[in-house]
Amino acid sequence: MKLKQISVFLENRKGRLWEALDALANAKINIRALSIADTSEFGILRLIVPDPDMAKKVLEKGNFTVKENNVVAVEVADKPGGLAEVLKVLSDADINVEYLYAFVEKSGEKAVVVLRTENTDAGIKALKTAGIAILLAEQVYAL
Amino acid sequence: MKAPEIIRPDSYWQKQDEIIGKEALATLQLEHLTKSLRRVYSNVPFYHTRFDEAGLDPENIKSLEDIRRLSFTTSDDLRANYPFGLLAVSKDEVVRVHTSSGTTGRAKAICFSKNDIECSATLIARCLVMTGTGKGDILQNMMTYGLFTGALIMHYGAEKVGALVIPAGPGNTERQIQLMRDFGTTVIHITPSYSLYLASALQQKGIDPRKDLNLRRAYLGAEPYSEETRKKIEAIYGIDVYNSYGLTEMSGPGVAFECGYKNGMHLWEDHFFAEIIDPETGEVLEDGQEGELVLTSLRREAMPLIRYRTRDITKIITGVCECGRTHRRISRILGRSDDMFVVKGVNVFPQQIEQVLMGIKGVAQNYQILLESYDHLTIRVEIAKELFDGNIEHLLQLQTEITDKVRADILVKPKIELLEPGALPVSEGKAKRVIDNRTM
Repeated sequence: MKLKQISVFLENRKGRLWEALDALANAKINIRALSIADTSEFGILRLIVPDPDMAKKVLEKGNFTVKENNVVAVEVADKPGGLAEVLKVLSDADINVEYLYAFVEKSGEKAVVVLRTENTDAGIKALKTAGIAILLAEQVYAL
Repeated sequence: MKAPEIIRPDSYWQKQDEIIGKEALATLQLEHLTKSLRRVYSNVPFYHTRFDEAGLDPENIKSLEDIRRLSFTTSDDLRANYPFGLLAVSKDEVVRVHTSSGTTGRAKAICFSKNDIECSATLIARCLVMTGTGKGDILQNMMTYGLFTGALIMHYGAEKVGALVIPAGPGNTERQIQLMRDFGTTVIHITPSYSLYLASALQQKGIDPRKDLNLRRAYLGAEPYSEETRKKIEAIYGIDVYNSYGLTEMSGPGVAFECGYKNGMHLWEDHFFAEIIDPETGEVLEDGQEGELVLTSLRREAMPLIRYRTRDITKIITGVCECGRTHRRISRILGRSDDMFVVKGVNVFPQQIEQVLMGIKGVAQNYQILLESYDHLTIRVEIAKELFDGNIEHLLQLQTEITDKVRADILVKPKIELLEPGALPVSEGKAKRVIDNRTM
């Protein structure tokens, strides 16, 4: 149920994001989903890739500071209120969302939401109970 | 953490000289001072003029305080008299020259007679024995060999006490580690910044210096550093760290050194006469007051220096040291009077900032202070690799903690940039901590 996500610490330096993505490109690692959290002085690049362990190795070799975290990916209908429905479930269960990012599937019918909750297991449990479709890692990589 | 290593009280190299009584010391100082003043008056035109201007007759010196009438000798005077202008002996008597490079302008040349080298090696021998180093020790000397005095003078002193010396020099970290392991190095002589870098290199290789090395102590010198940094280095390596103070102009390291009690550095007063002055006014300060250290060499032959402004900020620690040595102690160097910078009208020493940073968890060893304007201060801090958990909140908290703690100490709110570990240039010599891009 859990999905591995790669977080990369990025200092505020010209070309640093490109260097991270270039390192992945050279290792032929395709990115399934990506998000950047930033402040004026630094940022964190978050990635979902088919082979997270490999990506971590490649980035660390390039002197990046990397951390693997667990996140959850859920599928929601690509229509108004799709995401709101998921968030209501978590809110009702009193579970805080640290961050999330979303992308639309190629077919255009569904959207995929990557979620990081304070307590991953509790998050999964609440979503499951509410009947929300949690994607397996393989399903996300195949998108 | 181990308890501090207290060296046996009978560990002296020159016992009588090290525990000399206060009055005997003053008499000895006056005797050597008078001799030195007479020699420079006759042999060094620069000092001849200075003495005449001040109306000081070297044949009529009554007390140590008489030299207060003389103006200070500065590094500019050394540059202006480069290379042989301040020699008090004939050039034939000079067996060694060291230079101390400034960042700007001409170098300073310091000449040594045979006896000058012998004297400095003897002072180092005192320092080493005082901190427990002797026969059976293996000292890896990671200071720069060459024009810089740091390595060579230590080298001679270490050989004098019978230690095995590995003249490794700085840098080439892989080889340093190899040498430490192959020879079972027990003592290192190293700069604070390089010792921190070496620690992270060891860590990366999975070597635990506390278990996998044979290290017992380190002598740190050449750069000012904070008590927090000392504690950090002691904890990482599981060793005792001793402060070493010296400057090329006074024959290099061994001018002042910590004993087993690690409470200030004993300044060898039978070789140097120390004054603390207000760097702005030049006024001589009382013991215990913070100011610039001014040194007069009492026994240097080739190039005696009278009232030399070291630019190092320290204070005399009053009171008797438990180790039994009577030579007064100076505190760790708090900064260089020329390192001090002014931001928002506040005087700041880089060491103040370092002290704050090293006390914060999540901060790696390297940092840089960036000055772009007279109102703003940016501190670039490498985060510790272990700190990064992918959570931006934690990074923001660290940023806030650093900002608040630095502001509490220096009264100026800094901008904190968090950098990736290893982002800042690594120094294998003296670290450059302040980048001042301001124009007047």
